[in-house]
Amino acid sequence: MAGCACKNLDKQPLPYEKLDEIIVRYKGDPSAIIPILQDIQESLGYIPKESISYSAEKLGVSPAKIYGIVTFYAQFRMTPKGKHSIMVCEGTACHVNGAKGLGNAITDELGIRGGETTGDKLFTLEYVACVGCCSLAPVIVVDGEVHANMTPEKVRKVLKQYRGNGKDEEN
Amino acid sequence: MSHRRILFCAGTGCISSGALKTRDALVSELEKRGIRDQYEVVLSGCHGFCEQGPLLIVHPEDTFYCGVQPEDMAELIDEYLLNGRVVERLLYKDPVTGERTSDHMKIGFYAKQKRLVLHNCGVIDPENINEYIGTKGYEALKAALKMERTAIIDEVKRSGLRGRGGAGFPTGMKWEFTFKTPGDKKYIVCNADEGDPGAFMDRSVLEGDPHAVLEGMIIAGYAIGADEGYVYVRAEYPLAVKRLRIAITQAEEFGFLGSNIMGTGFNFKINIKEGAGAFVCGEETALLASIEGERGMPRPRPPFPAISGLWGKPTCLNNVETFANIPLIIREGADSFASVGTERSKGTKIFALTGKINNTGLAEVPMGMTMREIIFDIGGGIRDGKQFKAVQIGGPSGGCLPAELLDLPIDYDSLTQAGAMMGSGGLVVMDENTCMVDLARYFLTFTQNESCGKCTPCREGTKRMLEALERITEGKGESGDIPMLEELANSIKDSSLCGLGQTAPNPILSTLRYFRHEYEEHILEGKCSAGVCRNLVTYHIDAEKCTGCRACTRVCPVEAITGDKKQPHEINIQVCIKCGACMEKCKFDAVILK
Repeated sequence: MAGCACKNLDKQPLPYEKLDEIIVRYKGDPSAIIPILQDIQESLGYIPKESISYSAEKLGVSPAKIYGIVTFYAQFRMTPKGKHSIMVCEGTACHVNGAKGLGNAITDELGIRGGETTGDKLFTLEYVACVGCCSLAPVIVVDGEVHANMTPEKVRKVLKQYRGNGKDEEN
Repeated sequence: MSHRRILFCAGTGCISSGALKTRDALVSELEKRGIRDQYEVVLSGCHGFCEQGPLLIVHPEDTFYCGVQPEDMAELIDEYLLNGRVVERLLYKDPVTGERTSDHMKIGFYAKQKRLVLHNCGVIDPENINEYIGTKGYEALKAALKMERTAIIDEVKRSGLRGRGGAGFPTGMKWEFTFKTPGDKKYIVCNADEGDPGAFMDRSVLEGDPHAVLEGMIIAGYAIGADEGYVYVRAEYPLAVKRLRIAITQAEEFGFLGSNIMGTGFNFKINIKEGAGAFVCGEETALLASIEGERGMPRPRPPFPAISGLWGKPTCLNNVETFANIPLIIREGADSFASVGTERSKGTKIFALTGKINNTGLAEVPMGMTMREIIFDIGGGIRDGKQFKAVQIGGPSGGCLPAELLDLPIDYDSLTQAGAMMGSGGLVVMDENTCMVDLARYFLTFTQNESCGKCTPCREGTKRMLEALERITEGKGESGDIPMLEELANSIKDSSLCGLGQTAPNPILSTLRYFRHEYEEHILEGKCSAGVCRNLVTYHIDAEKCTGCRACTRVCPVEAITGDKKQPHEINIQVCIKCGACMEKCKFDAVILK
């Protein structure tokens, strides 16, 4: 769950031209709210709070309606993501093969839980239902790349690679 | 010399294990030798045998290589392609007999399958419509467009096809309802919101044979009188979305989609809607709300979508695999289709085999095959020679079946009777190291998270059940918990608004039915014999097995392990956080749970 997003909002001004471009792409059609939000998130990395009221006005619906959609669907986030996105698959196959230990290792290593971003904005950790790589379970996905047959130890190594240039890692 | 065809599996599984890098290596090695033009290198859809990926098949002789890495490619070319000497070490090795085989139809995993829906997956290039046409693609559409609409519906009814998305409603009847509802505008919707954790057959069909799904939808559109269709697909499946887009564009170019299809005056267009991550959107009314741009929450039925669906218009909604069966039924005839399967469940079903099993992947089998054949003959049995404990079928809505039911022939009705359900067809196999209470807790965590909150039984009830399961797995269970769970489960089943809530208690009810002793053991004895529930186990080192190699002391994050080199070590259970790192690391199985 996204929780309250009132704090830690990015104070940068909104790129209004980008928002307009996206809304025009869908001809200002209010039934296209979901794809519009998907495009906003794709372009900005998250859904800034101000973009909700701005699009609501453009689409002729209430901000509450858009807020309701943003908070309903797991895909949408109202806080910026870190540089690297880590997804821990929690599908059944990953679960029975020890996914819990992977999440614990990441929390232990980075000090963040699901949905959180590290203080240095380097990593965001998310739990996802199933990425469909059940035969490679358990997996984590970092920046879209699937890391297969993970163990807590291998996870720590993967994190090291993304953290530095991975040169200093010991066996 | 005729061209040889080299197929790389490019399903999500094989791509994740590096198929594209291996393909690039092969192409560059072929180029180095100046023989690139003699070979056709094709990326196909999923072969199903994800476990052994990346996979490579050489045609026409059908030689099957697995686990192929970039560095193997030079040898493959010089030995096999140029000199006909099979590269033994890259052939599939049977986990039981240790024999290697190059003929992929002789591999246990494939031998017992009946690949009707998947017949193109892994054989054709899904991004090239000509290859689909080359395997009788769009012939069913041609035939259908010459048929009476009611004759098409009758054919589908006669085939006995039932919805492959879970509940198993007869597809022909659904079509007939939508056909008979008057309306100037009707819709076809394909449910590709495959949300069950542990199921990935819809994704593989979309990735491997997208045109089959489109063809099924177009035929459905013609039969019920719809001119527009939607595919609602999970955003987590980017490759499926990409291939679907390519397929739609190509089908439009070839005149199979769009206006005046094949000169018959029939118009049909297909749109893609990407989901945004909500499991409940797999429920049909929630899915329709989501396409309309609303929160994906279900509404009471009736009216069913066949009467009032998308934007209040009559809508026929079927699952990916259901649509993929349609061209087959029209092309080969209802009788041929109905000759496969059991009396009340016709045709084949694709299962996703995962968990503690040797051959994970996708297997398509005739309805009525026993669980034992699927798990032991196709799946190759349990990993690491462990004992089979249970198989979870049907995802969060399904149930767990114990070893006593291994000989149960699988069809819609037998599974429901046994307390599970077909669901989408995910089969997760569990061994002695899986705790059934923890598994029920896992599924409840999932459904609780995904409950949309609209109706009280599901919103509050799943929460209360989850709390009880958490208590039990933490060793704080009370003797009243089991009857309380049973009572709650049954009332949630009866009173929830949609399928998500009505089936959410199934994992609890089925584990209570077959594995009640595990619940009792947790509550009464404070024990978890599978060694999963952290609060109920402690880690120890078996002094006889420990060689004193010190590997565990290096991985222990809290320095709880002490002992001199070459002397048996010891774990201080006061300090130990039970992370399991030592057990993972130990090569001698010296770390044990008590």
